[in-house]
Amino acid sequence: MSADVPADVPVDVRGLVKRFGRTAALDGLDLRVEQGEIHGFIGPNGSGKTTTLRVLLGLIRPDAGHVRVLGGDARRDAVELHRRMAYVPGDVSLWPDLTGGEVIDFLGALRGGLDVARRDALVERFALDPTTRSRAYSRGNRQKVALVAALSSDVELLVLDEPTTGLDPLVDAEFRRVLGEERDRGRTVLLSSHVLSEVEALADRMTIIRRGRTVESGSLPELRHLCRTTVTAELAAPVPRTDDLAGVHLGEVRGRVVVCDVDPAAMDGLMRRLSAAGIVRLEVRPPSLEQVFLAEFAPTTREASA
Amino acid sequence: MTGGPPGAATLQSWTGGGVLLRRALHRERVRLPVTVAALAGTAALSAAATDALYVDPAERGAAVGAITASPALLAMYGPLSGDGAAGALALWKLGVLGAAAAAVVAVLVVVRHTRAEEDGGRTELVASAGAGRWAPTAAAGLTATTFAAGLTLVTATALAAAGLGWGGALAFAATWGGAALVFAGVGLLTAEIAGSARVATTLAVLGVVAAYLVRAVGDATGGTSTWMVWVSPLGWGERVDPFGARHWWVLAIPPAVALTLLGAALAVRGRRDLGTGLLHARPGRAEASPLLRGPVGLAVHRERGLFAVATAAFAVVGAVAGSVTSQLGGMLDSVRMRQVVTALGGAHAMSDAFLVAEFGLLASAASLVVAAAVLRMAAEERSGRADAVLSAPVGRARWFLAHLGVAAAGGLVMLAVGGAAAGVTHGTATTGTEVVRLTAAALAQAPAVLFVACLAAAGYGLARRSVPLVWLVVAGLVTVAELGPVLGAPSWVLDLSPFTHVPHLPGGAVDVAAVLATLAVAIVIAGVGAAAFRQRDLA
Repeated sequence: MSADVPADVPVDVRGLVKRFGRTAALDGLDLRVEQGEIHGFIGPNGSGKTTTLRVLLGLIRPDAGHVRVLGGDARRDAVELHRRMAYVPGDVSLWPDLTGGEVIDFLGALRGGLDVARRDALVERFALDPTTRSRAYSRGNRQKVALVAALSSDVELLVLDEPTTGLDPLVDAEFRRVLGEERDRGRTVLLSSHVLSEVEALADRMTIIRRGRTVESGSLPELRHLCRTTVTAELAAPVPRTDDLAGVHLGEVRGRVVVCDVDPAAMDGLMRRLSAAGIVRLEVRPPSLEQVFLAEFAPTTREASA
Repeated sequence: MTGGPPGAATLQSWTGGGVLLRRALHRERVRLPVTVAALAGTAALSAAATDALYVDPAERGAAVGAITASPALLAMYGPLSGDGAAGALALWKLGVLGAAAAAVVAVLVVVRHTRAEEDGGRTELVASAGAGRWAPTAAAGLTATTFAAGLTLVTATALAAAGLGWGGALAFAATWGGAALVFAGVGLLTAEIAGSARVATTLAVLGVVAAYLVRAVGDATGGTSTWMVWVSPLGWGERVDPFGARHWWVLAIPPAVALTLLGAALAVRGRRDLGTGLLHARPGRAEASPLLRGPVGLAVHRERGLFAVATAAFAVVGAVAGSVTSQLGGMLDSVRMRQVVTALGGAHAMSDAFLVAEFGLLASAASLVVAAAVLRMAAEERSGRADAVLSAPVGRARWFLAHLGVAAAGGLVMLAVGGAAAGVTHGTATTGTEVVRLTAAALAQAPAVLFVACLAAAGYGLARRSVPLVWLVVAGLVTVAELGPVLGAPSWVLDLSPFTHVPHLPGGAVDVAAVLATLAVAIVIAGVGAAAFRQRDLA
């Protein structure tokens, strides 16, 4: 493995381009996943998440750009790299006449064996019946089979493509606990998802993509700077004017209670104005990931439909 | 039995059947006409060809005598209708086997439009859109009935066009249509009983096989065993005796049985929940066997069912071929034929020539089975299962060659078993040496089979979308091998097919250089395919 990139960067992608015919599925995408983090990979349907992951696994080759996975070349070093990473596809398809248990053991055997105790524990925790033939599994159960196979192999990097679609809430909660444990054990996780609450709860950092390009990347606090904070204040005196403050968007005024959305840069000015009137009660709600996401995409949706 | 709900409820239960029928017929608009054309065309060609072969009544009589004296032939093809009347000899080999083929097609059709739709979740969608619960079954049944009726009419017309009398042509064609009808009913019932389309198809096809075997025993033993022919739906066609007594009333049995089976299927449908069956899948192994640990183990697991069935069929065909050639003397009991045979080098050479033809047929069949196994890679890729294996530490070439290798090995086993079975039934005093001689003779065809396997693999390796083209090429090679010499194709056309370049044993010369060249080209083609597969995107 070459030394031009420090080996401790599990995923380092810059300017990735992938075309299918005349459409560019990926159009200069950047993605950097640090050692030991859970990295959320989010974007609307069709934005190129799965295509990116399949490039990282060497299943398809990029047309342009820099792609390093665990310090190696995703395509040329695929076999060696795959010993150190595991993948759960978004739409899990299994061999219909094999049971879930057989699929788990088979995929484990391809990696040279799996941790049997860990496999049994995961089967138990995910409430999976390993004796059922795959053709009889529901979507959620197929997902569980792939998750158990990936999680019970001893790898450095887990690549999970929307792993919780189809899981029931109980298993979903168990999955989040398991993923937290994986991080504590030092594993790196690249988690593609559009369940934003899941990414918000689990991810240390995240990358938001749109139409094959990275639009934002960072931790949630960093991304929040892109978005307005909602301030609700009850004042001692009548609500003062705020329309002269740039970046403050008045929501509503009910007596002495004011609700407004505030750009990060305007927060200080608003606070001075409010405290001059005397603050009785103050609630500051930072934007959720969903708000960040919607703020990022809502205007585009309108552009797109226009 | 609760029976069907009366009045308005019954009407509701059929709601939407017309829409489903139109959709089903639309889906089958290519598949079924092609199947009908293939079956009817085979019958017509056979009718036209065979009667030209036996111009001399004495020769015809000798052939009739040989057939009726051979239990093996009676078991495989059934009795001769009307004591060898015009058409009977021509269509004798096709009667039962054609009926069995039509039956299998009917099973596939009804299961495709019932249980497979249900497995895919589309029946639920249709039901929620207001279709009655009996509508899918009825639509599937009518689709199969359309197939059966079309097969009967087209085959009868084709036979009449080939020179047979209308009465015999229609009666013969109706035995095929009747078999299709009965097994459509069987398929509808197994689709309700089984828990999945695959199990439903397997059960119904096993029914076809059982019907074939039961009547085989009945025909071979004759006399008091005639009831076994009457018990088997595939025996009814024989009882029609289309070119002899022509018992039209027997043709009333298949529709009656089919309707009864349809009623049973609807009764089960009325009682069960969508997505369930009366048979419940047994729980399987919780842990994988140690054999299932790599791409080769997986490929073996995927293909073993196909190869088990094909190998069993090869054993039967090989055994019949071997047994028939040992009785060949009787079949050629005419002065002119004896002269021909002597000119060719005696009865021994004649039986060898027959075996060469049979082994050639086996090789063609083996190459189709092997191509199907190789091209399973395309299904693995399309479904995303290839992603699961190739995102583990498994190289592309290893996965590709594992499938190719397992398919090729399966082909070799099939040929060897076919040859050995022929040796067992052919040999008399020297069974041991015959087994070795004929196994080797059958395996002499292996380079051609391997060539087809490598060609199919290469086509897939270059692009998954090329698979239909690959099938076309494989079908072309097999057709050239089987029909080219008969139709007098120019030698450069024959040379395109690998089957031309393998030794034609027993009896023929062994051209080692040609064998090596065939193998070398096959390996180069496979190598090109593997290299292309390593480079391309998986889709």
